[in-house]
Amino acid sequence: MSVWLHIVALGLLASLGAALLRVWRGPSQADRMMAAQLAGTGGVAVLMVLAALQDWGLLVVALALALLAALAAVGFVKAQTPDGAGDPEESPPPRDWAQKPAARQPDNGA
Amino acid sequence: MTLALDLALCALIVCVSLATVAGGGIFRAIIFFITYGLFLAIGWARLGAFDVALAEAAIGAGLTGVLLLAAHGRLRRMRTKAVVQRTGLNLPAALAATAMTGALGWAWFALPAPSVPDLSQSIAQTGVGNPVTAVLLNFRAWDTLLESIVLLAALLGVWMLAREEDWNTPLGPRYHALSGGVLVGFGRLLPPVGLIFGAYLVWAGAESVGGAFQGGTVLAAVGLVALMANVLPAPSISQAGLRIALVLGPGVFLCTGLLAAALGSDFLSIAPEVAKAMILTIEIALSISIAVTLALLVLGPPVDTQGAP
Amino acid sequence: MMADIATYVLTALGLVFFVAGTVGLLRFPDTFSRLHALTKADNLGLGFIALGLAFQAESWAQLAMLALIWALALLAAGTVAQLVARAALAGLQEDE
Repeated sequence: MSVWLHIVALGLLASLGAALLRVWRGPSQADRMMAAQLAGTGGVAVLMVLAALQDWGLLVVALALALLAALAAVGFVKAQTPDGAGDPEESPPPRDWAQKPAARQPDNGA
Repeated sequence: MTLALDLALCALIVCVSLATVAGGGIFRAIIFFITYGLFLAIGWARLGAFDVALAEAAIGAGLTGVLLLAAHGRLRRMRTKAVVQRTGLNLPAALAATAMTGALGWAWFALPAPSVPDLSQSIAQTGVGNPVTAVLLNFRAWDTLLESIVLLAALLGVWMLAREEDWNTPLGPRYHALSGGVLVGFGRLLPPVGLIFGAYLVWAGAESVGGAFQGGTVLAAVGLVALMANVLPAPSISQAGLRIALVLGPGVFLCTGLLAAALGSDFLSIAPEVAKAMILTIEIALSISIAVTLALLVLGPPVDTQGAP
Repeated sequence: MMADIATYVLTALGLVFFVAGTVGLLRFPDTFSRLHALTKADNLGLGFIALGLAFQAESWAQLAMLALIWALALLAAGTVAQLVARAALAGLQEDE
């Protein structure tokens, strides 16, 4: 069991490291922020596995990380609004948002 | 197997820190810095330092991320183009840094291992079971008192960026959100859970993982979510309640120290009989102050609506 | 014995979903499809790992903590997905 949990933790860390490639490449800022969000959730999973391996007191740390995972993303979304303090839902989507896929070029990771 | 896990974690930390300074835009560096804080928190957890891991996760991956992203958004709104001049390698600086690293490495191997004093008997007298709390609030209470005052001084430094006329206006950018939207719903659901969790961390910090600083940081983070969703109205500097909350922590700490001095023993000494009650009182007051100070530090000075962005 | 088998199977499933989420994040062509992949890893990956570890827990308090962690991660993931998608749709965020 302990060996298997180590393997799971290693697999999660490898998957996290690969997600950071999107931070490196991602052409838009939302791509980079999303990859950081995935890293945060992966970190929660790694901490939970470490809690089962080392000491169940680590669940408190995992809970704190899960609580704060969204804070940076909410800060990012608010910083992108025109006056820096708004809500992205306050401005309606552009009129042609349903036609966008034809005009949008897949960026293929750029 | 454990060694492979630790090596992978160390490799990730080094790669992320190199990627942070590798350039390619400020936003990318900010995101890498946030993930760097996350991996450091996992590293602290591997080392068994759970309280430090808690603080690192809350501050490094949470509060600092919001601060840097808000600053970046503000720079972007002012249409400041971040021009990074590529001037090539700075040879004197590189040589000095390498020499410093070499000297530190040599000192690490050359110095004898320090003899760790046996604190196990003394911890029983401090009134708390968590050794980190015992050190922070009993053995080294002087440092913690000064740190809480330093936090307050940092907040005053941020407030000096405001004009005198703005001291009655609400702090920070005037947050607004679509009522009934996703952000407001989040700002209503998350803070109560965070409040209970933060209070639990302060209370449980005496015996297990937690403490005043960790609880205060979690409270500051969820308070910030409530402020950003406009569920909690932003306070202004002139409010008396705000000023009392800020001064409460250092004030109570200082008063207990002076009380101990007045009663005949040394300044900041805690008698074993009243230790637990006194430490808990100081911790509750400190966590309130730390929560309010950290939230206001990230919020920033009051902004006038006509002029600066 | 049964608990150990359950842990093996469920944590393996969780790891598969996490890897799938990362592969989706790297390979999908568009911001919105990447967001789609990311939320699968958030919800299902973390859920299966929490469920698998629950069979190893030693007390009800730890079970409650695992469930609470997953619920909070769900709440955060759902909110962030909505907000980031809305910001990207309105063209509010520029390419770097």
